[in-house]
Amino acid sequence: MEQYLLEMKNIHKRFPGVYALKGVNLCVRPGEVHAILGENGAGKSTLINILGGILQKDEGEIWINGRNEEIHGVLDARNYGINIIHQELVLVPYLTVAENIFINREETKHGLVDFAGMRRKAQRFIDELGLEIDAGQKIDALTVAQQQMVEIVKAVSFQARIIVMDEPTSSLSDKEITALFGCIKTLKARGIGIIYITHRLNELSEIADTITVLRDGASIITKPYREITNDEIVKYMVGREVTNYYTRTSHPIGEVALSVKNLSSAKVHGLNFEVRRGEILGFAGIVGAGRTEAMKAIVGLDEKTDGQIEINGKPIVIRRPADAYRLGIGYIPESRREEGIFPEQSVGFNMVIKVLDQFIKGVHLNKAKETEIIQRYIRELSVKTPSVDSFIKNLSGGNQQKVVISSWLASAPGILIMDEPTRGIDVGAKAEIYALMNDLAAHGIAIIMISSELPEIINMADRVMVMKDGRITKELLHDQLTQEEIMKYAVDI
Amino acid sequence: MENVTNQAGKALKGENSNISGFFKVIGKWIARYGAQLCFLAILFLVLAFSTTTFFTAKNLINVMRQVSINVFVACAMTMILIAGGIDLSIGAVMATTGMVAAYMSLAGIPFFLCVLAGLAVGTIAGLVNGIIIANTNMQPFIVTYSTQIILRGMVYVITAAGTVRLTSEAFLNFGGGSLGPIPWPILYMIVVIVFSVLILNRSKLGRHIYAIGGNPKAAEYSGINIKKVKIFIYTLSGTLAALSGLVLTSRNSSMQPSVGTGLEMDAIAAVVLGGTSMAGGQGAIAGTIIGAFIIGFINNGLNLMQMDSFWQYIVKGIVILIAVYMDFVKSKKLQKGK
Repeated sequence: MEQYLLEMKNIHKRFPGVYALKGVNLCVRPGEVHAILGENGAGKSTLINILGGILQKDEGEIWINGRNEEIHGVLDARNYGINIIHQELVLVPYLTVAENIFINREETKHGLVDFAGMRRKAQRFIDELGLEIDAGQKIDALTVAQQQMVEIVKAVSFQARIIVMDEPTSSLSDKEITALFGCIKTLKARGIGIIYITHRLNELSEIADTITVLRDGASIITKPYREITNDEIVKYMVGREVTNYYTRTSHPIGEVALSVKNLSSAKVHGLNFEVRRGEILGFAGIVGAGRTEAMKAIVGLDEKTDGQIEINGKPIVIRRPADAYRLGIGYIPESRREEGIFPEQSVGFNMVIKVLDQFIKGVHLNKAKETEIIQRYIRELSVKTPSVDSFIKNLSGGNQQKVVISSWLASAPGILIMDEPTRGIDVGAKAEIYALMNDLAAHGIAIIMISSELPEIINMADRVMVMKDGRITKELLHDQLTQEEIMKYAVDI
Repeated sequence: MENVTNQAGKALKGENSNISGFFKVIGKWIARYGAQLCFLAILFLVLAFSTTTFFTAKNLINVMRQVSINVFVACAMTMILIAGGIDLSIGAVMATTGMVAAYMSLAGIPFFLCVLAGLAVGTIAGLVNGIIIANTNMQPFIVTYSTQIILRGMVYVITAAGTVRLTSEAFLNFGGGSLGPIPWPILYMIVVIVFSVLILNRSKLGRHIYAIGGNPKAAEYSGINIKKVKIFIYTLSGTLAALSGLVLTSRNSSMQPSVGTGLEMDAIAAVVLGGTSMAGGQGAIAGTIIGAFIIGFINNGLNLMQMDSFWQYIVKGIVILIAVYMDFVKSKKLQKGK
């Protein structure tokens, strides 16, 4: 029997409120490319963070070179020869390639940093991998693909035995991808095991030896790639349990509220869609497909390079979020804490910040009216808070989200854009948010919902636009909605 | 009959709730500013017992007169710090406005025109700060530091580092005179405080100031016009710095080119002593006023004790540090409790 480089056995990890990994098994042989596939939230990041020592597992065993080891931190992982190349590269832009490779273990000569020696050594590592990079160049002069290569060189210079690559091709051109695959083949030949995380199924035939599909925090299947088809892989990826089911009531759908024609920005290209009053339009796709960027272009946070927007059939211009606000477009951002709330302010402050006009004229403040507005939304959305003066940051995620939603409702928007409206919210509160969205649609508000949870989007949306690489790849009507259909257009098969 | 008693009862109740409301406000103040008020009281008692000159009507009015100059600019500085910015230019704005008004007065131009011109100059200086900060990504620290240097340089160039004497009776009265027993600057101070409290607590603008300091991104997403808010607060800061500069010039009966040097730091210290966070999003005028009085008492007290002026710097620095530390310890406890 062949020796495994790495065996992760029955790994469990719990976060407050989330059971992220429920018994994952993963084995990697020397010189093997082991692809890990799974939807957003399947547990891929948690798994590699445990392997890299960033998170600690709750249960399970990790065997490295046939020995049961504990990985307590990033340094441990490195000592065991594990290196992770994150999607967001972490090189210092103003230092040279050589300085980055030897960062925090600089070579010295007579007590001073030996730049020339470091550069020579770095160049040797680069040349051995057959790459064309000058070790003396500054990182910010390199392309993303080259920076990725530097990360690989760095990993190799640490005597890495296992290299984890997290969606390495997501921002590379075809030519660069070919170069990367060439480099991966060199690493394979040296007996290095590679864990390769990707959403692009069409890459698998090029490089994958083995695949493992994760779903809902468990490893569903591990198979040699030649024994499985991409269609089968998709089926395994999407067989997610449909939890916290919510049934929408049906109601008539009205006129077109928002119409987007040929919208382009630096991140999205030629988007065409419309959303009607009383309709929930879903935006599906993998993380990074450009869904949030599409909304940012609409509300004027990202600059539009082309396209037109019409509201109620009238062409309008939105240059900044204040314009969108005036036109009745509400935008509930995905990262609540960073972009949605005023954390150091009270629940009441957060609720009325967008509708100050309703109770302040000049310096005349109608306190009774303000209290009335706050009390109404606390009641209607059943916001659980000790008092209206409590800091919003002390509320649960679900209640914070309710406050953000109510702050928009108070301004009576015609169009409400909700980016991942139930992210980080517990199951009970999720159902409440769904009921609320259903209610708003029934009252004639046009809702755009971005969601990475397929069951959620299938349950809630009347129609779904699927995005990939900054473009809309498919429009699916409610009765066409299945997880397989969506995934088919969201990833490259 | 029944009706009457009912009404009387209502009136009584109304009065009661007014009184309890009053105590609630006082209670809130003590809860929030306990550390500062304690410190102020200790300072007051120490000075009252260690000197014979401190606790006299004449001296206390004098302290208020000095404090007023800091309060003008500290009120605007409170808004700026809450909005997450800073204004280092105010000391130099004071000198510039004082110079313009003094020269105009010297040329025989009526006093009220001199004052208006001075206020206009300060307002324009603040407006320039505001426009630059609102429209670029440059740090307010460096923008206002640059304007400070430029204005101070201009003052030295134009005055040739010389003093401009004031002779206009009306102008001297502007900062040095009084209405009945109350000096004019104290009246100006009350107006500025009322204005600032109304802006911060009662207006849309005030909420927007807290919002953009608390989370600029969320503020932008909420449709708040951030540029407008920033331009307003820096402009207001310029106007109030001009007021300070005019009062100072009038009280000194002359304009020295070095006037106002370092006063921006006194203003910032007053604001921070009053519990306003330099990280933005939190703070209030009430705290700033307490902070300004702490600094005023320190300055006045050290003078009365006839402490060597170089030593005064050292003591003042230490005392401010202790006061800020007391508030820091207390707010940390508050944060945990809430």
